[in-house]
Amino acid sequence: MNKASDPPAPTPAAPAVRAEDVTVVRGSRTVLHHLCFTVPRGQVTGLLGPSGCGKSTLMRAIVGTQAKVTGTLEVLGNPAGHAANRTRVGYVTQAPSVYDDLTVRQNLDYFAAILAPGRPPEERHHDVDRVLTDVDLTSHADALAGNLSGGQRSRVSLAVALLGTPELLVLDEPTVGLDPVLRRDLWRLFHETAAGRGATLLVSSHVMDEAERCDRLLLMREGRLLADDTPDALRSHTGTDTVEEAFLHLVDEAAAKARAQQAERAPEAERARENDRAQESTR
Amino acid sequence: MSTLTPARTTATAARVLRQLRHDPRTIALMLLVPCLMLVLLRYVFDGSPRTFDTTGASLLGIFPLITMFLVTSIATLRERTSGTLERLLAMPLGKADLIAGYALAFGALAIVQSALATGLSLWFLDLDVTGSPWLVLLVALLDALLGTALGLFVSAFAASEFQAVQFMPAVIFPQLLLCGLFTPRSAMHPALEAISDALPMSYAVDGMNEVLHHTDMTATFVRDVLVVAGCAVLVLALGAATLRRRTA
Repeated sequence: MNKASDPPAPTPAAPAVRAEDVTVVRGSRTVLHHLCFTVPRGQVTGLLGPSGCGKSTLMRAIVGTQAKVTGTLEVLGNPAGHAANRTRVGYVTQAPSVYDDLTVRQNLDYFAAILAPGRPPEERHHDVDRVLTDVDLTSHADALAGNLSGGQRSRVSLAVALLGTPELLVLDEPTVGLDPVLRRDLWRLFHETAAGRGATLLVSSHVMDEAERCDRLLLMREGRLLADDTPDALRSHTGTDTVEEAFLHLVDEAAAKARAQQAERAPEAERARENDRAQESTR
Repeated sequence: MSTLTPARTTATAARVLRQLRHDPRTIALMLLVPCLMLVLLRYVFDGSPRTFDTTGASLLGIFPLITMFLVTSIATLRERTSGTLERLLAMPLGKADLIAGYALAFGALAIVQSALATGLSLWFLDLDVTGSPWLVLLVALLDALLGTALGLFVSAFAASEFQAVQFMPAVIFPQLLLCGLFTPRSAMHPALEAISDALPMSYAVDGMNEVLHHTDMTATFVRDVLVVAGCAVLVLALGAATLRRRTA
């Protein structure tokens, strides 16, 4: 990893995230294997893959809350987790992380004060009102967060990340459990945030149909990157109609490649057993 | 490494107090239970008011410690498990801001609690204190800080609220038995007396008894106060070390 003490001056051309050979170990298990990718600025990049494939771990590494990250991981021109990034990166965990015993407004007001202390109160309240409108919770501003529905609480959590002017938003499954209308509105908000404020968004999901809404995609499976491309390129490249089919195609391709490699080495009996197992898994 | 920003510290303290305000029952329990216990104690020792003086004064130091220990350990555990701690540490909040914020908020609450308990004991239950009531308050406040510090530290080792509550008997009860509340420390087995010399609650109770018997600040009182304050700061620093920005 780079030295944390002396950050290189962030160049505007640098990608929002640059990962080179990033590996993460949790306990005795390697969760992320040698990931290499970049996330371009000013776009919505989707991080897609089945649950448990390492999406959240990768996001935590980018934000700087994950321990035991090796390789090079640069975020906004600084090493991931650098102190200078703490006001520039907004992060939403999968489970809403807000205070249940505070109202929505009190939650936002507190986090706004932490983000930019010493701002005049009117300015802070203005910021809070803005994000309340963004996530469509103005009418619930004075409700206790603990009394809200699951979807509403996760929107409060999202609103916290929108406070200030984050250059990079890392959103871990922000649309899970929301109804279709809200989901559409949030995706609209994501694109507006990218286009209007020039922010970069990295949004994870395990629902493949959300992939179609992203400018770029990172497809993951079992801690490895399957693809890093635009949805269009993915579909045409794999000769499929949807990203979901493209994903399955890539999974099969990877499995076939692994099987072929194994077959070269393994004796006949081993190969037969391997085939059986492969048929099991594709069913 | 960890720097303190006054605006962030006070925002955190205000937030902690705001959380409590939405929970009036907890506030009522924190403020009223010590008072009720003191009333109870007064009439338990109806026949021997001198015993009430010693025990009552000691309890004025012990209540804030226990209450703040419990409240802080649960509050910080919640902060750890709800993900708000991770969020805060990914934001520009210093660990010192968080800890000082908690200490400020619970310190303020401890002042109210101790003022109520001390006022009630001195003026309604005829607790006979030779020294200044302000010194009683000072010791109570330092005890509350020590309780906050211990609670914060211990919450790092608790994975659930069940475990956090069980740390109370584990951490507090031995100190309670050895602090001189039940029998003078000099009358204990020498080994236990030596252990009690190393436990901060002994000095908390000692300090209260100094105020009880002397009109002015004695050297022993100053020592007691410094030991309690020193322990609180030391444990707070240990607690800060358990707040990790990066976790597995």
